[in-house]
Amino acid sequence: MSLKHKVAIVGADETDRIGIVPDMTPIMMHAEAARNALRDAGIDKSEVDAVFTADPNPMSGVQLCEYLGIQPTYVDNTMTGGSSFVIHVEHAAAAINAGLCSVALITHGETGFSGRRRRGAGGARGFDPSMPAAQFEMPFGVGGPPSIYCMAAMRHMHEYGTTHEHLAEIAVATRKWAQLNPRAFMRDPLTMDDVLSSRWIAYPFHIYDCCLVTDAGGAIVVVGADRARDAAKKPVWVLGSGEATTHMSLLNMPDLTQTPARYSGKRAFEMAGVSHNDIDVVEVYDSFTYTALVTIEELGFCQKGEGGPFLSNQRTAPGGDFPMNTNGGGLSYTHPGMYGMFILIEAVRQLRGECGERQVPNARLACVNGTGGTLSATGTLILGTD
Amino acid sequence: MAEYQKPIPVPSPESEPFWQAARRHELSLPYCTACAAFFFYPRRFCPRCFSWDIEWRTCGGKGTLYTYAIQYRPQMIGFTPPYVTAIVQLEEGPRLMTTLIDVEPDPAVIKCDMPVEIAWQDVNEEIAMPLFRPAGGHT
Repeated sequence: MSLKHKVAIVGADETDRIGIVPDMTPIMMHAEAARNALRDAGIDKSEVDAVFTADPNPMSGVQLCEYLGIQPTYVDNTMTGGSSFVIHVEHAAAAINAGLCSVALITHGETGFSGRRRRGAGGARGFDPSMPAAQFEMPFGVGGPPSIYCMAAMRHMHEYGTTHEHLAEIAVATRKWAQLNPRAFMRDPLTMDDVLSSRWIAYPFHIYDCCLVTDAGGAIVVVGADRARDAAKKPVWVLGSGEATTHMSLLNMPDLTQTPARYSGKRAFEMAGVSHNDIDVVEVYDSFTYTALVTIEELGFCQKGEGGPFLSNQRTAPGGDFPMNTNGGGLSYTHPGMYGMFILIEAVRQLRGECGERQVPNARLACVNGTGGTLSATGTLILGTD
Repeated sequence: MAEYQKPIPVPSPESEPFWQAARRHELSLPYCTACAAFFFYPRRFCPRCFSWDIEWRTCGGKGTLYTYAIQYRPQMIGFTPPYVTAIVQLEEGPRLMTTLIDVEPDPAVIKCDMPVEIAWQDVNEEIAMPLFRPAGGHT
């Protein structure tokens, strides 16, 4: 059984403000994004019968439903980090297709910037000290994602000859998209020299290899095929989907240069029955430049190890023949912590033709890939319009 | 010696043998008799074949540098940048996360796949940390 063309995204929007929003809490952002996405879909809150969300709070789904005043018959707070919201689309598609619900609301809200100010610095505190990573990883000096992803990138550079310049190409091209997007957080010009002469965060990562830390919320609405045909806007069909999880911590990756996108991507492309050459626009999680690079390889857009050369010469920038991360990405648009919601929203906007200056001409097919954890869990979607 | 400020591991029931051996500066890892292979991190069962016939065996503490990074920000409490985090590929098969010591934090001298050896650091009466350093370079 396939989920191809069984459901569509009919609403997609963000909080009114993104970036630095110190006067909002995460759950306020969930609600505002939900209101905006439902308005975009032309669907009343009373029609929502399924709610999907992800948050560190293990009962976030139940809490959110109470807060929103929704008493759904289906709730799912599957938490796979930044890929959660992409994976929720597949879960919603399965639930709708099984007849368990009809209007699925997927929401996100985080104050990655302002919340950090409120909470103070982390360290190893707050983790269960008996968990494997608290015994066998953190005491050796690894902490936040930059300190971990960089070690995967290092192995890739060693095995395949990937260079700092290859990574910088992605940062520069992504910034060019952000310059076309009035809502992007970072819009100043960025050159290869700027990236390569910037300070190290964790070698081999310069600061411009790393995503932003912002406040933002987003939401999307997913419905079945019958309902989608009456939608207020052009429905964005789920043509293929896949999810995969291969490990939790980097130490336990079977191969440091491979991600689960090789599995989720294969399934999504096979379900959709399209080839890589058919894809008009690519939206992949760019927590780091390297995340985007390895994901493009793992999705099969190029041969393994050739992501650096493949994405070079500003090929992914506006006007290039491989438009990627067209909102400006987690690198330059926004990145509140779990960025997956925003690659989804941008894919919907591109396929609807709503992107103004940054619109990719005649975008009909999009490939979306969310990555969560430490390259741990991915969700891939092939989205398209009629 | 200044008081140790870094996070100190808290042994769990299934990792206790690892930390007990570490106190004696022995690298003891769980071994699956069905697979005839080591695994890590410690569990009461083998994550490959799900056999529960597990032994603890001593390893030699030698391996190669699978990957590393030079941390320029204090990613964890008690660490002063720059410092080198690493994943070591042990000769016996498993990989360990560690801190690479006795080396300049310089990519010109640290290379993936270079040989490394264990260098125990006593933290307190209970815990010794399996750090690593370039093999043969220092005493």
